Amino acid sequence: MDLAYTPEEEAFRARLRAWLRGALPTLPSRPDPLDWPARRAYDTTWQRMLYDAGYGEVHWDAPPTQRLIFLEETELAGAPYVGANFVGLLHAGPTIAAEGTQAQRERWLPPILRGDEVWCQGFSEPGAGSDLAALRTRAVRDGDTYVVTGSKIWTSHAEVADWCELLVRTDPQAPKHQGITWLALPMDTPGITVRPLRTLAGSDEFAEVFLDEVRVPVANRVGEENDGWRVTMVTLSFERGTAFVGEVVACRRVLADLARVAHKNGRWDDDALRRRLGRLNAEFRALWRLTQWNVSEAQATGGVPGTGGSVFKLRYSHARQELYDTAAEVLGPDALDLGREWTLDRLSSLSYTIAAGTSQIQQNIVAERILGLPRGR
Amino acid sequence: MDFRLNDDQRALRTGVRDLLARRFDREALRASVGSGALDRALWRELGAAGFFALRLPEEDGGVGLGLPEAVLLFEEAGRALLPGPLVATHLAAGSVPGAADGETVVTTADGPLVEWLAEADVAQGDVSGAVPVRSVDPLTPLHRLPHARGPARPPGAGALLTAAEQLGSAARTTDMAVAYAREREQFGRPIGAFQAVKQLCAGMLVRVEVARAAVYAAAVTEDPVDIAAAKLLADEAAVRGARDCLQVHGGMGFTWEADVHLHLKRAWLRAERWLPAARAEEIAAAALLETSVETSPGTS
Repeated sequence: MDLAYTPEEEAFRARLRAWLRGALPTLPSRPDPLDWPARRAYDTTWQRMLYDAGYGEVHWDAPPTQRLIFLEETELAGAPYVGANFVGLLHAGPTIAAEGTQAQRERWLPPILRGDEVWCQGFSEPGAGSDLAALRTRAVRDGDTYVVTGSKIWTSHAEVADWCELLVRTDPQAPKHQGITWLALPMDTPGITVRPLRTLAGSDEFAEVFLDEVRVPVANRVGEENDGWRVTMVTLSFERGTAFVGEVVACRRVLADLARVAHKNGRWDDDALRRRLGRLNAEFRALWRLTQWNVSEAQATGGVPGTGGSVFKLRYSHARQELYDTAAEVLGPDALDLGREWTLDRLSSLSYTIAAGTSQIQQNIVAERILGLPRGR
Repeated sequence: MDFRLNDDQRALRTGVRDLLARRFDREALRASVGSGALDRALWRELGAAGFFALRLPEEDGGVGLGLPEAVLLFEEAGRALLPGPLVATHLAAGSVPGAADGETVVTTADGPLVEWLAEADVAQGDVSGAVPVRSVDPLTPLHRLPHARGPARPPGAGALLTAAEQLGSAARTTDMAVAYAREREQFGRPIGAFQAVKQLCAGMLVRVEVARAAVYAAAVTEDPVDIAAAKLLADEAAVRGARDCLQVHGGMGFTWEADVHLHLKRAWLRAERWLPAARAEEIAAAALLETSVETSPGTS
């Protein structure tokens, strides 16, 4: 039980801090959240700066403890998160690194790291959400190409992406997990229609992607035909590792701000509300410690995030909603003003118990894979 | 940074677990229900194993270990539902003669309650006018004091070790619920195959793991706010864990014969002792106003 960072880890932190102090003032100002090309340009500029400074691969190659420090320090410094580079850095990239051929790694990985190319994710479908393996987008082999027809949903950054990591069904006769293939789809291929999907927060955060006889070279397949489910699981396990480190740091800052606002507007004198803020402080402190616990485990097991990620995500997604519900109590009537940052954050917090595995699915994972309860419904 | 248990800590945990399995098995637990008497031989054995002297320096005859190790011992005690004023005696090991080796049983007035007053050799604090109450926990005799004395103590080792006991109890009730859900069959299959039951069990584990991170971290930092957070989360894990364990056991959970109620009642009692939720929440709330934005959570 050692929470002290090693001299090497502290040196990494100090170097990073110094670099951030110099680098952040040179970033252009934050783009309009509704301007997708500007958002892409901003996010890729940041990734390029990281790359040039030697931090481009921190999500892939750095030991988990360094990744933790990186995410903590960049958040504390107010630096951008991965943004449009999310799928490239945290999904598609790691999958290609683990399962791609030498030629595929050389083609796709360097542009991700340099911020030259942006990826999006074509996994979920209208009929395949929690039950992802029920996906029906068809790919029919025609010589050296697959002809793909179907539709994908919840695809972030589809409007500005260069590539899409796409799951397709190549064998409709096989059991559902055994007929899936992973393809890299260039987003400028004819036959692709992207339709923005408006969220309840009023933003076009995702899109639907319609595919009509889209031709994808067989050379763009990562892994074997019909082995895409296994290939994909490599990707999904990355998502639940250190994904929320920056957010926990940010939530702790919001909570401190919230206490100061409550102190100023008189809500602090409400015993029940004040105690609720105290409990949230305990909650987010514990979530930070749980992150350190999971990172220590990952460090010891060679960087593979374990099922601890599901435990964390279950509690964190709930705590985040609780945080912004409490913010609304502190704000009172101002909580109904969309001009307040916390009002929008409250709306977006509603996705946390759904995205990347609903809380109900996560509970099944915890019950079956950690506690060993029998599978079944 | 390596937050995991080191080899010595793992060995220590295994050692205590084995000792308690040998000397305080289920039969011993059930025999002590309602007896109102402490097993003095067991108490001395705990003393000989270093349970009370754990954190005393070696030159004073102690084991010379720290709070992280003590937390592991108390987690095991909570798991086994070991009765007695363990926390008070452990804390008195440096000051009350005989406490360290288990010869002297020490209890402490804490707020309006004092436990094991009739059995203890030494009672710390002002216990005059103490009146016995019919304790809800059949394994912990209680006295009520006419009024709470003195200012409330800042969160310290007492609250943290109590939180560690809560953590052990929460982990145990999770194990009990999972074991029962695997074995009990209804509608032709184990009840653990039903999602409604699975989700209760998953919720229990999540609370245990969050509480564990908080308790272990507080043992390392010894920070009063970390200790308050640990107590809040461990109380929640223990009380709600026992409740859900009871629910998973169905009708059996409502019987005297099942052990679930013993965990629940002790969890209620521990939640009220050393640092009750209202005070822990106030401490954690007050700390928010002192938080500096520049402070790194990892280094604080």
